[in-house]
Amino acid sequence: MGIDLSAEAAPRRRTTVRGPSDEPVVLTVNGTEHAVNLEPRVSLLDALRDRLALTGSKKGCDQGTCGACTVWVDGRRVLACLTLAITCEGRQVTTIEGLTTDGELHPMQRAFIEHDAFQCGYCTPGQIMSAVALIEEGNAGTDQDIAEFMSGNLCRCAAYPGIRAAIRDVRDARAPEPGATGDGG
Amino acid sequence: MSGAVGRPVDRVDGHAKVTGGARYTAEIALPGLAYAAIVGAGVPSGRVVTIDAAPARAASGVLAVLTHENLPKVAARPRLLPSLLGAPAPGQSFFPMQDEVVHYFGQPVAVVVAESHEQAQYAASLVEVAYARTPSVTTIDEGRGGAYEAERLFGGLMPGREERGDAETALAEAEVRLDLSYRFAANNHNTLEPPATTAVWEEGRLTLYDSTMGIRASQLTVAQLLGLPLSDVRVVTHFVGGGFGAKAMTWPHVTLAAMAARHVGRPVRLALTRPQTYTSHGHREEQEHELSLGATRDGRVTALRHHKLSITSPFDDWAEPATGVSSQLYACDHYQGVHRLIRGNTMTPTFTRGPGETVGVFVLETAMDELAHELGIDPVELRLRNRAATDPRGNPWSSDGLADCLRLGAERFGWHGRDPGTRARRDGDWLIGTGMAAAAYPVAFFMPAQRARARVYEDGGAVVQAGTQEFGTGMLTVATQVAADALGLPMEAVRFEAGDTDLPNTSAAVGSAGSGMVSAAVHAAATALRDQLVALAVADRGSPLYGADPAAVNVREGRMLLRDRPETGEAYGELMRRNRLADAEATGSWSPPPLDTPHGLLTFGAQFAEVAVDPELGLVRVRRMLGVFAPGRVLNPKLARSQLTGGMLWGLGQALLEGNRMDPRHGRWGAANLGEYLVAVNADVPEITAEFVEVADDVVPLGIKGVGEIGQVGAAAAIANAVFHATGRRIRELPLAAELVMDPPGTPA
Repeated sequence: MGIDLSAEAAPRRRTTVRGPSDEPVVLTVNGTEHAVNLEPRVSLLDALRDRLALTGSKKGCDQGTCGACTVWVDGRRVLACLTLAITCEGRQVTTIEGLTTDGELHPMQRAFIEHDAFQCGYCTPGQIMSAVALIEEGNAGTDQDIAEFMSGNLCRCAAYPGIRAAIRDVRDARAPEPGATGDGG
Repeated sequence: MSGAVGRPVDRVDGHAKVTGGARYTAEIALPGLAYAAIVGAGVPSGRVVTIDAAPARAASGVLAVLTHENLPKVAARPRLLPSLLGAPAPGQSFFPMQDEVVHYFGQPVAVVVAESHEQAQYAASLVEVAYARTPSVTTIDEGRGGAYEAERLFGGLMPGREERGDAETALAEAEVRLDLSYRFAANNHNTLEPPATTAVWEEGRLTLYDSTMGIRASQLTVAQLLGLPLSDVRVVTHFVGGGFGAKAMTWPHVTLAAMAARHVGRPVRLALTRPQTYTSHGHREEQEHELSLGATRDGRVTALRHHKLSITSPFDDWAEPATGVSSQLYACDHYQGVHRLIRGNTMTPTFTRGPGETVGVFVLETAMDELAHELGIDPVELRLRNRAATDPRGNPWSSDGLADCLRLGAERFGWHGRDPGTRARRDGDWLIGTGMAAAAYPVAFFMPAQRARARVYEDGGAVVQAGTQEFGTGMLTVATQVAADALGLPMEAVRFEAGDTDLPNTSAAVGSAGSGMVSAAVHAAATALRDQLVALAVADRGSPLYGADPAAVNVREGRMLLRDRPETGEAYGELMRRNRLADAEATGSWSPPPLDTPHGLLTFGAQFAEVAVDPELGLVRVRRMLGVFAPGRVLNPKLARSQLTGGMLWGLGQALLEGNRMDPRHGRWGAANLGEYLVAVNADVPEITAEFVEVADDVVPLGIKGVGEIGQVGAAAAIANAVFHATGRRIRELPLAAELVMDPPGTPA
């Protein structure tokens, strides 16, 4: 979870004004550093989708209302459409593309397929990033908790019953040996 | 044979969708891509007096600003026809930026193209437009005086009036009569993926990556608007983030993207913003219904008069047809259905899930609940008593199932023994009520021939193709299942490809018709290929099947076998290698039965709901929902259930949450984002079940009647009827707003 305070991340602490034109920015996404030139007004979501070709994070509203752009910054879920990319320098960004390990699906991804927890699939990456974080946060204890804490992720196909079932499955599969598998961050 | 059809297999595109690997339209990366942003009119009516694009043109990264002053004129304006017909299908007959006149708020008045998305958005805000505003009509209340009866609807496809017997006289003579009025707020689709188009010109040929339910509709419409040969327009869509009717027609932004790309000589992406989706494609229109129902004391419906009044655009007589079910569901000799319209300053409304009928059935099925209450007849029994054995012309249903849906639903829901009295059940501060409704939705048959192609390789793999689209219905999965069974191959050996107009053509997947018609075409192609290979085998002296009757040959696991001697046979690959064929291929097509087929064509179902109502706050919480449906053959029960429960939850939204109103002062939507236009979220969603009643149907393609809309139909009525049961309050308005549901001050608890 450590925030990188090495010399390379120092521009974050500069007192000079940056922008409005392109600025060199280093983004660490799914463990890989990417050097890009970005205007300071570029959102994390647009940086991921248009500059880094990581299109798994979706743009449903660009207004922070739908949750389709949910990613993790330093392990916490955030709305990438309401986050400026330049503020993520020195932080660890994790997207849906970072959830698989060596091509192996995360248990939540498998559970989503098994429970048919999506139809069109557009909200799915955001749902899954929220769902995994939800369990980490300890907010998946009851069905009511799951429904409440997943309500920031809209699914217009209304696959909500499947989404809840998938989260329950993953939670219950983990429950017998808490902490046995650290997902890292 | 244990086939793939009918099994609850996982989606074949599941892996792509859970990993972020599925590419949607606005995610297609192209070298030299530029970004377009629409500037929408800030007034609902009037004209553009001046438009100053200079500040925008001077902004960093801007490549061009198009307005009515420099945008080329379109070559033609195709008429509005539903995309299922397989003809050009503009969502409205009006095309913007051809002159200075403004007909609706948000109408495109400029398109800015820039190097980046951010630069385009910013420059769009710099375009200065001065308008001369004229008086506008955007609500029914404002335009009521100008209402007229629509002669034809749907681009002339449907009559505005439907009549049999003498409803007036029958109503006057009825033993019991209800005269009821209803109001419905407008609905907006809000597909989670906002529509987007990326246009690329190469040597005069246009490729469009388009977020659409009908690539062929996009191809035909854009070609006609731009005066291009069809062979020079290709439309591609890999994944579509929801349709629900919003992407059933080709709206102006698609063609504007092509025009912008031609202007700047680079690929251009035009992705609508969330607010722009409210003014870039149609909606479910604001509407009022009046229903008069006559019945005998023992609950037989003798007369129905169903009138709808709604608001349309200045250019098109569009109303979602609301009487297709109310005219047919119950045996009733005297019927009158009339659609009246008001021309207003809105876009042309469009298909929205369960178009027309989901509202029409709400009216009919809440009225039936009122009748049941009035007469003291159980609501399920009342439906059974009035069920129509044939359609109004006396034709038998292609398949029925309504009575079974009602009975099975009542049993599973625990309906029997229900106390019909209102405010009879409590749970703490909550009043508990249950309600039900019948459901029906027309089976649409006005598509042209549908085509597909199948190819088998000598290594045993197969590729099957059709120019259809995947927008969540599971089309890729069910077509793979159908092809696998018809070819006698395991599903894993078959890849189904879609989403490209270079593939064999199908119509837009709308009107619950998609999986049926595409499956039928895929089945035809795969069967033709199988028959071709079997014919080759029985004529090949080197084959163990030489001389056999082709009809006696089965295909299983990629092997052709004699039915009664399965040890005799060979694999496709053996036959093909011996004949030096690397692959074999066939196309197939399916045509619908004639429009005057002597069958009634409805899909039936029944809906049940339980609600809890806090009468002091007006809160309604749906506790459980059950739907039982008879959609004919179910290709994949897992996916069909998802679509049906998804539809039922659209019904929940329709009942309790979804409504938009025009602000008449500004002539624009009151809500134009997902913070203010409410859709169901996870916490709104109760325990929900969809079940099937099996019915065999040899009129519809492969016996498939479709599951896209029937799930929504009747669901809102069941909820509203449950709210009545809980509270004793009959609300003839959607959504059921808290202020309508709550008890007036001073009501005894």
